[in-house]
Amino acid sequence: MGTSDMAEIRNYTINFGPQHPAAHGVLRLVLELDGEVIVRADPHIGLLHRATEKLAETKTWLQTVPYLDRLDYVSMMCNEHAYCLAVEKLLGVEVPLRAQYIRVMMDEVTRILNHLLNIGTHALDIGAMTMVLYTFREREDLMDAYEAVSGARLHAAYYRPGGVYRDLPDRMPQYVENKFKNAETVRRLNEARQGSLLDFLEDFTKRFPAYVDEYETLLTDNRIWKQRTVGIGVVSPERALQLGFTGPMLRGSGIEWDLRKKQPYEVYDRMAFDVPVGVNGDCYDRYLVRIEEMRQANRIVRQCIDWLRHDSAKGAGPVITDNHKVAPPPREKMKASMEELIHHFKLFTEGMHVPPGEAYAAIEHPKGEFGVYAISDGGNKPYRIKLRSPGFPHLAATDEMAKGHMIADATAIIGTIDLVLGDTDR
Amino acid sequence: MSARLETLCQNLQNTLGERIRDIKTVAGEVTIEVAAEHYLDAARLLRDHPDLRFEQLIDLTGVDYSAWGEGAWQGLRFAAVCHLTSVSKNWRLRLRVFAPDDGFLVLPSVVGLWNSANWYEREAFDLYGILFEGHPDLRRILSDYGFVGHPFRKDFPISGYVEMRYDPEQKRVVYQPVSIEPRENTPRIVREDSYGDVGHG
Repeated sequence: MGTSDMAEIRNYTINFGPQHPAAHGVLRLVLELDGEVIVRADPHIGLLHRATEKLAETKTWLQTVPYLDRLDYVSMMCNEHAYCLAVEKLLGVEVPLRAQYIRVMMDEVTRILNHLLNIGTHALDIGAMTMVLYTFREREDLMDAYEAVSGARLHAAYYRPGGVYRDLPDRMPQYVENKFKNAETVRRLNEARQGSLLDFLEDFTKRFPAYVDEYETLLTDNRIWKQRTVGIGVVSPERALQLGFTGPMLRGSGIEWDLRKKQPYEVYDRMAFDVPVGVNGDCYDRYLVRIEEMRQANRIVRQCIDWLRHDSAKGAGPVITDNHKVAPPPREKMKASMEELIHHFKLFTEGMHVPPGEAYAAIEHPKGEFGVYAISDGGNKPYRIKLRSPGFPHLAATDEMAKGHMIADATAIIGTIDLVLGDTDR
Repeated sequence: MSARLETLCQNLQNTLGERIRDIKTVAGEVTIEVAAEHYLDAARLLRDHPDLRFEQLIDLTGVDYSAWGEGAWQGLRFAAVCHLTSVSKNWRLRLRVFAPDDGFLVLPSVVGLWNSANWYEREAFDLYGILFEGHPDLRRILSDYGFVGHPFRKDFPISGYVEMRYDPEQKRVVYQPVSIEPRENTPRIVREDSYGDVGHG
C-alpha cells in the first residue's frame, strides 16, 4: 500500500440512536469521526416532541398541570412546582406555609430520585452494572412516598396553583403477599411503612446517608470510573455561562449558583444546607456535586419533616389557598353552601381566570434551572407557555464537550448531562 | 419596588437610554422592549456593561401575539423574548423585541453574544418562522424532518395538517391529510377586566 492510498482515509460519520440504550430515550446523535476521535457531534432532537406548550394553550390553567409531569419524567413534582409558581405570580395568591414546606420536602425527595437515576444509569452506561441495582432500590422507597401523597408513582399532579392537592397521608400503602413475595418478605418490607408518610420518610432519611456511602464506595475511588470520567467533557466556568449551563452542570464548573440560595422561593431561606461546587468542570466533578446534593437534599427533607409534624403546633394549617376563585372549596362546604357550589362548578367547567400579564418563575430543578414563562390575556387558558428546560442548552453543548474525545466518551458525556428527552423535546 | 430593582432600572436607563422603547416592573420582574435596529447594540451593552453584566441568556422564545385578548391586539405580531440572568449581580431581565415586518420576519441573531442562543433561535425559527440573521446553522430543531409550516403560530391548528401511517401496500410510511375532527371541550373565554379577579370577591 503506497502513501497515496493512505491519503484516501476520510472521516467516518456514524449514527448514534434514536434507539440506543445509552441515548436515554430517543436522542439521535450524528457523530463525525476521525478514526476513534469525535470531530463533530450533531444531536438531532424532537423525536419526543409533543408540543406541550401548544397543548397548554388549549387547556385551562389547571388542566395543564398533569402535562408538566410528562416533561422531565424523572423529576415530576419539580416541573409542576415551576408552573404553579408562575401561575401564582400572575394571580398574586399566597400559598399557605404548610403547603410551602410540603413542596420543599417533595422537591428534595424529587431531587434525590432524579440524582439516583442519573448516577445509576450514568454508571451503567459506562460499564458499572451494579450501581443501577442499588440506586433503584432506594428509588422504590421514594416512589412509594410519591404514591402515598398523590396516588400515582410517576405522574403525580400533586402541586396545584395555590398549594398542594391534599395534606400528607397518615398511612402508607402496604405490600401484600403474592406468589413473588412471601410472608416474611412482606413483613420486612412493611416494617418501615407502619406509620404515616412522615414516619416513613424520616426512617428513610436515617438510612439514606449510609446508602450514599455505599455508592461512593462503588464509584468515587473506583479506578475504572475515574478513568472514564476524570478529564472528560471539561467545561470552563466562562464557557459554562456562555452556553447557558445551570444546576450541577454550572456548579461542576466551579460557579456557585443555586437558585435555592440566590433567589430563594418558598421556604428555602429557612433551610440549612450547603451548595457543593466542583473544581475542574469534568464529568467526575459533576458526579461528586450530585452525590453531595443528595446528602444535602436529605438534610432538607429532615428539616421539613421536623416542621411538618402535626404535634408541633406551628406545623398545622391548610395546604391550599382559601381563595375559591383559584382552588376548589372543600367537599363538605361545597355540599352545604350555594356560593361554594357555584365556585366549584365554575372552577371545573370554565376554570380560573388569570389576570392579563406575563411572569417567569424559575426553580432549582435537579437538572438545572427549570423556568416557566407564562403569558395570560385574561382568559381561562394560558395565552402562551414557554417551558425553559435545563437539558436543552446542556444538550446543545454536546458538540463542544465531545469534540476531541474518543467515541466511547460520548456516552459518558450524555450521561453527565443528565439527559431526559421528555424535558429537552417538550 | 425593592431597592435592587430600582438600581437595575436606573442602570438600564443610564446605559441603554434612548434604545429602551418601554420599561416595566411587574411582580418583581423587569421587562424592557427595544426596537429591532437597537437589539444587538442593547444586547451587547446588557452583557458587557459593568453596571449590568447579564452573562447568561437563560431563555429565548418566539411569541405570536395575533390572537391576544380575542382580537384586542394592535401592533406587530411576532416577538422574540429573551430572559437574561446576571450571575455576578444576581438579577434578571426580560428583553422583548418585535420583528418589524409581519410578512417577512427577520431579527438579528445574538449567538455571537450568548452561545446558548444557538438552539433557542433554531427553535423560534422552527416554531414561529422567525429568521435570525447571522445565525450559523438555522435548521429546524423540534419538528419532523421535512415538516412544512410553523406549528406554534396561532393560525396553525392544534391537530396539524397531515398525519402519518404505515401503508401496507407501498410498504412504507405515508403522509395524508388529517382525519381527526378538531374538538374543544372547554371554550376559551376572556372576561371583562375585574371578573374573577383575586381579591374582588
